[in-house]
Amino acid sequence: MAKTVEGLYYSESHEWVKVEGNVAVIGITDFAQHAMGDLSYVDMPEVDDEFEAGEEFGAVESVKAASDLFCPVSGTVVEINEELEDAPELLNQDAFANWIMKVEMSDPSELEGLMDAAAYEAMCANE
Amino acid sequence: MKYYDKLIFDLSKAGRQGYSLPVNRWENSVSELPAGLRRSAAPALPEVSELDVVRHYTNLSQMNFGVDSGFYPLGSCTMKYNPKINEEIAAMPAFAGLHPLQPYQTVQGVLRLYKDLSHALSEITGMAEFTLNPFAGAHGELTGLMVIRQYHMSRGDIKRTRIIVPDSAHGTNPASAAVCGLEIVQVKSKANGLVDVEDLKPLLDDTIAGIMMTNPNTLGLFEKDIKEIAALVHDCGGLLYYDGANMNPLMGVVRPGDMGFDVLHLNLHKTFSTPHGGGGPGAGPVGVAAHLVGHLPVPKVVESEDGTLQIVDAEGEPCGRISGFMGNFGVLLRAYTYILMLGKQNLKMVGPLAVLGANYIKESLKDCFELPIESVCKHEFVFDGLKDKSTGVTTLDIAKRLLDYGFHAPTIYFPLLFHQAIMIEPTETESKETLDGFIEIMKHIAAEAGSDPESLKTAPHTTPVRRLDETTAARQPILRYKDMN
Repeated sequence: MAKTVEGLYYSESHEWVKVEGNVAVIGITDFAQHAMGDLSYVDMPEVDDEFEAGEEFGAVESVKAASDLFCPVSGTVVEINEELEDAPELLNQDAFANWIMKVEMSDPSELEGLMDAAAYEAMCANE
Repeated sequence: MKYYDKLIFDLSKAGRQGYSLPVNRWENSVSELPAGLRRSAAPALPEVSELDVVRHYTNLSQMNFGVDSGFYPLGSCTMKYNPKINEEIAAMPAFAGLHPLQPYQTVQGVLRLYKDLSHALSEITGMAEFTLNPFAGAHGELTGLMVIRQYHMSRGDIKRTRIIVPDSAHGTNPASAAVCGLEIVQVKSKANGLVDVEDLKPLLDDTIAGIMMTNPNTLGLFEKDIKEIAALVHDCGGLLYYDGANMNPLMGVVRPGDMGFDVLHLNLHKTFSTPHGGGGPGAGPVGVAAHLVGHLPVPKVVESEDGTLQIVDAEGEPCGRISGFMGNFGVLLRAYTYILMLGKQNLKMVGPLAVLGANYIKESLKDCFELPIESVCKHEFVFDGLKDKSTGVTTLDIAKRLLDYGFHAPTIYFPLLFHQAIMIEPTETESKETLDGFIEIMKHIAAEAGSDPESLKTAPHTTPVRRLDETTAARQPILRYKDMN
């Protein structure tokens, strides 16, 4: 059973958001890394890239498949996790400890459209 | 079979050679090249004798698995047997010795054959005309999409830049559309595996160039709402593209042209028994409905009034040129041989027998494997892993274990609609004995999953190489021999 973490926001496309002030720390969920299998590559955006909520910001690839990543909130990228460039397996080891990018939010109210841990677990149970 | 795993570089001995090159009499030829274009060191080529090369590749070829050596139920690939008469005909000197720049007067018979094959394919699919020029299935997809784009542009309807692709589509569909400069819009499948018409309706507007569909789809299910979908898409001004990858079960029974499709490609290496891939030449003929004939690519074969056939470079408003000459003639010839050898009556038996074989396997195995959609399938079907999920045995383990028993693995983890997809397509060319042998082994593997899951998780055990570490290969690929040591 894939784990979730309380206090995070979750998207339908299996990203998580941790709020630190006006910055959204974004990664993929344990469910997502489990479904993908051993990850071989993380395609990340660049700092200063701007995304709308729901827009594609990168992709994860495994031996099995490739899957696009969608930005859960609108904003500007302020930092990316460069460690993932050489070690995509970090996402398999702990999907919640290893974030992908940090986004300065332009509209924090968008967070209200995301799910909490319980709602996300319920959604995954139906997949 | 003897174990053999050498690389050609392993055989290299300094100074050994299989061929004596003539002495270079062109003095200073190398030193006259600009310094930036000159090698600083000789290329690291293997130094081997002719016999070394012959033995090396003969040994490797004996480890190959093909449809000539065993059952190959690779879903959506239609790995049917390729009759040897196809090869005999293609090897005839009059065909094998052709040159693409020969004057058309000297190749009238060949151009007639080109015309006749186009006509046969039109008859089989219900389209008005074909181009045989595209070199492969995906090349055919691109050609067909270029025809669609050209059709809209020639009417000045330049807003149509989006194309609808179902979530069960072959990956080449969105890829070809992207290469053609179209934006991809996904339409979802319903729980029964068919395109969701209600999900489709709101997507249809005056920016839609068309929809790409495979029928039957990649779950092996016939899209029974196709007439309604065709009407909806046509009403919004879009065209219907038919991915002919799954044409095999319909051949001689139902025609895509009659379902309302405007453009289609055929994979001759699937339905029409020409050799599969291997980097070799392919063919992906494209057929169109009457109103699109003028947009087919050039060059075309055109018959003049006196019956002479000519190769014409400009006619109508073609979508462009997609090949230097007239396609891979040797492949086209094999497909035409297949059609003529079967004849009209037997061609109509292909689909029903392919469907019968697939349903026979599906019904025989559905107690051991999870069948997510219960219905009569066409040429292929998809299991979602083992019925009993408690063993932890995955689809990958099952596929690897099949190799131990001498079968090629089915397609796995596609389509993406299910997490443990196993896609099986037996084709019409397999006997009941072969199907029974496969069914027996699949049941045996399902039993092993309960009694001895470890033997599955570590499979294969009898192949020249054991389970490969695909993850490390993807994360840290070693791409050059000299990086191996």
